[in-house]
Amino acid sequence: MKRLPILCLLLWLCALFYVGIYLFVSGFLLVRLEVNRTSACDDVLQPSGAQRDFCGAKPRFRRTLLLVIDALKIDFARYDPANKTPRPYENKLPVLEEMTSLRPTHSRLYPFRADPPTTTMQRIKGFTTGSLPTFIDVGNNFASSAILEDNIIHQFGQIGKRLVFMGDDTWENLFPKKFQRSLPFPSFNVKDLHTVDNGILQHLYSTMVGEDWDVLVAHFLGVDHCGHRFGPDHPAMGHKLTQMDGVIRAVMERLQNDTLLVVMGDHGMTDTGDHGGESQKETDAALFLYSPTPLFPGPPSQSEPEVVPQTDLVPTLALLLGAPIPYSNVGQVLLPLFPADGQTEGAAVGLSQLEALWVNVKQVNRFLETYSSMARDIPSESLAALRAHFSRLSTAYLASSPASSPASSQELVESMQAYLTAVRETCRATWARFNPLKMAAGLVILALACLLCFLVSQASGALGAGGRGLLTVPVATAAAVAACAAAGQVFARGSVELAWCLAPAVFVSELVMLPKHWSGSAHHLLPPLLVAGLRCASLLSDSYVIAEGRVVTFLLLSLGLYVPVRLHWDGHLLPPPHDPQKPPAGLLPPPPPAAVVRRESCVLLGCLGLLVGGAYLSLSFHACREEQGACQPSPFLSPLSRMRDSRLKNLHYGLSLAALGLWTHLLRRWLRHYGNLNASGGAVLVARWALPLVAVCLGLHWAVSATPEDSFRNLAELIGVAQVALPRTAFALLGLGMVLLWADPLTVFLKTRDPLPARGSHAAAPPPPPRYRASTGISPHAELQHLIPQIYQRMRRSLEDSEQPAGREVDTRPAVEAYGLGTVYSAPLLLLCGLLGLGLLLLHPEGMAVSFLLLLLEMGALLHIHASAMSLAGLQGVHSSDFSVPWTPVVLWSLASSQFFHATGHLPTFPSIQWAAAFVGFPGGHTGTLLPASLVVLNTFSSHILFAVACPLLLFWPLVCEVRGGGGGGGGGGQGQDEGEDAVMEMRLRENPQQFSSALLQLSTRYLTILGAQVLASVCAAAVLRRHLMVWKVFTPKLMFETSGFLVSSVFLLVGVSLVLRVDLAVGRWFRRLLPDSSR
Amino acid sequence: MWDHEIKAMASSHAIIASSVFMATVLPAVFIQGFSVYGTHLLWLYSVTGAVSVINIAVFWLLGISQPTKKNTISYKLSRLVRSCLYLLLSCLFYHTVVVLYGAPLIESALETFSLAVLLTSLTTLRCLCVLGPNVQAWIRVFSRHGAMSVWDTSLQITVACSLIGAWLGAFPIPLDWDRPWQVWPVSCSLGSVIGYLTGLVVAPAWIHFHRKQLTYKCK
Repeated sequence: MKRLPILCLLLWLCALFYVGIYLFVSGFLLVRLEVNRTSACDDVLQPSGAQRDFCGAKPRFRRTLLLVIDALKIDFARYDPANKTPRPYENKLPVLEEMTSLRPTHSRLYPFRADPPTTTMQRIKGFTTGSLPTFIDVGNNFASSAILEDNIIHQFGQIGKRLVFMGDDTWENLFPKKFQRSLPFPSFNVKDLHTVDNGILQHLYSTMVGEDWDVLVAHFLGVDHCGHRFGPDHPAMGHKLTQMDGVIRAVMERLQNDTLLVVMGDHGMTDTGDHGGESQKETDAALFLYSPTPLFPGPPSQSEPEVVPQTDLVPTLALLLGAPIPYSNVGQVLLPLFPADGQTEGAAVGLSQLEALWVNVKQVNRFLETYSSMARDIPSESLAALRAHFSRLSTAYLASSPASSPASSQELVESMQAYLTAVRETCRATWARFNPLKMAAGLVILALACLLCFLVSQASGALGAGGRGLLTVPVATAAAVAACAAAGQVFARGSVELAWCLAPAVFVSELVMLPKHWSGSAHHLLPPLLVAGLRCASLLSDSYVIAEGRVVTFLLLSLGLYVPVRLHWDGHLLPPPHDPQKPPAGLLPPPPPAAVVRRESCVLLGCLGLLVGGAYLSLSFHACREEQGACQPSPFLSPLSRMRDSRLKNLHYGLSLAALGLWTHLLRRWLRHYGNLNASGGAVLVARWALPLVAVCLGLHWAVSATPEDSFRNLAELIGVAQVALPRTAFALLGLGMVLLWADPLTVFLKTRDPLPARGSHAAAPPPPPRYRASTGISPHAELQHLIPQIYQRMRRSLEDSEQPAGREVDTRPAVEAYGLGTVYSAPLLLLCGLLGLGLLLLHPEGMAVSFLLLLLEMGALLHIHASAMSLAGLQGVHSSDFSVPWTPVVLWSLASSQFFHATGHLPTFPSIQWAAAFVGFPGGHTGTLLPASLVVLNTFSSHILFAVACPLLLFWPLVCEVRGGGGGGGGGGQGQDEGEDAVMEMRLRENPQQFSSALLQLSTRYLTILGAQVLASVCAAAVLRRHLMVWKVFTPKLMFETSGFLVSSVFLLVGVSLVLRVDLAVGRWFRRLLPDSSR
Repeated sequence: MWDHEIKAMASSHAIIASSVFMATVLPAVFIQGFSVYGTHLLWLYSVTGAVSVINIAVFWLLGISQPTKKNTISYKLSRLVRSCLYLLLSCLFYHTVVVLYGAPLIESALETFSLAVLLTSLTTLRCLCVLGPNVQAWIRVFSRHGAMSVWDTSLQITVACSLIGAWLGAFPIPLDWDRPWQVWPVSCSLGSVIGYLTGLVVAPAWIHFHRKQLTYKCK
């Protein structure tokens, strides 16, 4: 058996996928580091660098009223008196036009351009921080959506403004505890046009006339919801806008002189009323500024900006209200609002244009310095140019005196504006643009990796013989090409980018490997691959991604039903009729006994029923996506401690305990049945003690964490200790168990019939009979009958083989019985699976125990279906000599893993990540981020992990179940020719190491192919649909989950495979130790 | 060799297919507001009824089903009772399968059951007509070497086509297009009827083009 080459080849294949994923993701996902520093009043931002309290000066406005009308597109705000037949959304806000024409120095209307993604939450983030949010803002707000970056709301709070908020409850999540008074209304129901607006209107006017506020934010949602529901071109939109017109009028009447009114839309909408993308219809909102005191130096002039970027609101508001500009702002102040330099005396208070710009420039420069010291993603040449520009500005500004000519100060203003625009553009280029070249490279590499994996899996028989030299060529070429690429980059640009070294290297090595494995045979794989293809295709549509849990279950059931239908179509499901039409006697084997066929068919159909039932029940454990309107999340998902009804709580707890007990019992029962619990090694110790102990810990932990806070007051300390100790004990036991399992994976118990001969160290004193009798399952006699003699046969044969001279004395030698040798490979794997399952269950809410039990049952059902299908096909002549696993069970396996991803309450969306998992055993929180992150990853991908680790079981199960087909009835006669050969279960693998290794390789590559194809499909979806409306809401999270799921699955697949190889090594040693010993 | 039989099959299939069309068109003439989407259940029942009646009539007239050994009244009655029982069981079976595939369990149970009735009339009823109330024979037919006449082959093809059509019909349901035919169970019943019609067309054609390869055991 070739262990190292298999592992290396699999590692190499995985590495190809990783590189492809890395390339694509680095080109697609834009990452921005959050700078967690805040501006303060005493920052040295003042003109001339003098230390002065920035907030001390009297600001121009004491109060501001921020009226956010969600999705207020600029087209809604414009008024065209010439338009005699306005559409429902046109000319419905005449107040804005009236004001701008009647009082031009008091008010102004601007198009207000948002940065994509134009979704409300991202926009609120954008116009409060003044930054450009990317898809992932890497910060340490791991578990909440609160904005931790410096923002204007925070700054207002810092300088003592009293903040009042009403409207869309998104704000409440983004700024928890920042508002003195807050009236959030649910924003979720898109069909509801009025709840939020009417809620605001109930309180808005009465709050306004009061004196207990400085900053009032009112966020209306009606327009947006109306757009989503009816689209802009609908009378309802007209009504809504007319209502808003009235609101603005009423607000203006109540404004006081020291108040600034800002009416703004956070984004626009398309003609269908949607938003999220980057078309101009979605990005262009309206911004309307008004104050009862003159706001602008004069009527609109030529120098007015045509479009105001959304980021510009933050510095403008901050300076107008006398607050420091938030630290990470990249916007620039809105110049027309500030008096030009010459007129400072006229406009009594506030900063002049030049001063405001200088404050702004210094703040932006400081942010740029901080950011570039933290992250390296801003190109160095543009950074250097910006620095030079800033130093020019600062000398020019410090040199300029108040008395300098207006022309030179005008020049300086323009230069400062140019600087600010340049910084903004640089940041946008870094944060808000895809890198299509990298995306394409990643896509190509992934596609080739999938193809390569597929070809390797088809040709793995040949590969098994290939040996060690197989990988040297590709690896060597890859290294050479990578070195060349690195050298080329050094020469061309002076720096090395990892991505562009990896891409050509991997690409070339894939090309080198491809022709080796090219073979044109592709038969017998249509339906399972069709189902896999459907699954991949479903990732390209947002509706299917939203309904993924059900889609996967549907496909699983379809393919599951296909198995018996296909078998029946081939005539394998039923025993052949009694009057066969004269088979050529010599060629066909005698027809198998009808009873055996019937029993296998019954097992198959029964397991299919179990599969179908399990899949159907698992639907009730799903969580709900935001997009699924009428959907109730499973009651099992909420932790017990939140449950009010104590009877229901007890019921759930009992159910979970029963599931947990059954999980443990089934595993132990299986091990006992196959005689794996007799030995005294590490693995057996784990199965005997660690498994039940962990289960007990789990049950106790659930009980402790479910106790209500107020009861058992005197035991509070004990409960606190138990909450930490119990899960940690479980973790420790699991860790210990896995180490033991790895160190001593053999579960074989050796017994000699004749206890007299001396033995070496391998078998201690033969245990007394009760010990093994007690542990041979419920029917020790049946066990003894059909298990031991066969293994004995195997032992004897191997003794004969290796000990030719002594072979004649077989009968006289003390016979050896080995318990559990038949399942020597699958037992440790199953045990690992059980341990991992318990550990992962610990990270889930209690109710998920039932789902985990279903997972185990379904896994067993799938394995039995596979085994029965194989043996039914085998019984009726289609005898495959090697152990290769066909596509159907592998596809079923991967579908089941996706299915249980959903059935354990997970969804491919970020809000649905179960953060509570990070605090199991660590209720006080963490210091680092590695441990909680890995706990959350383990929780999220638990089903991927379990199915990946257990994947090699697909190879072993037909062999494990073989004994039932042939041996149970009449002493192994059913199998055909050689009963001794057929009855040795997994030892057959040891006898054909070549086929074993190639089958193992084939199975793993097939599983990898299917997982890789799914990743490829979701990568394609993200790449092709990157302008799609749902890309940030559906496809990108799906891509992230799919790729992370692939990483986790592949790693754990390697773990499973290496455990098998470890067992193989141990078995080899065991035989070597045994044989010379027995011959003595 | 079987030209005669193929011709008979083609014409009978044409009659059945036209009955489906009539069942769609005629009620639209007579009933106000009848449409396939709007009054879907009505359409479904009308197709079910038409297919059932025409199938029974055609196969009875053609005398396809295997000659009965006994000819007593009680035997015929028991066959009739068993047929009815099988039809009912098949409806329940399809209902269960459809629910397991993800149809809502309680709400719109009537729609689900109607779909099950339609599927029964498209598949089980045909089995009954061709093979009689003999489950063993039904099971036997659906294997590679199970067909014993051209009618068995056509049965295989139409049943498979109807079921695959219904299966494919479930695909557009999750899409967010808000079309009237995405409402449960419109797309599935449409799919199964379209699949059935396809099967009716394909079966004689396929048998005609493969008549060289087809060899049947004697009955």
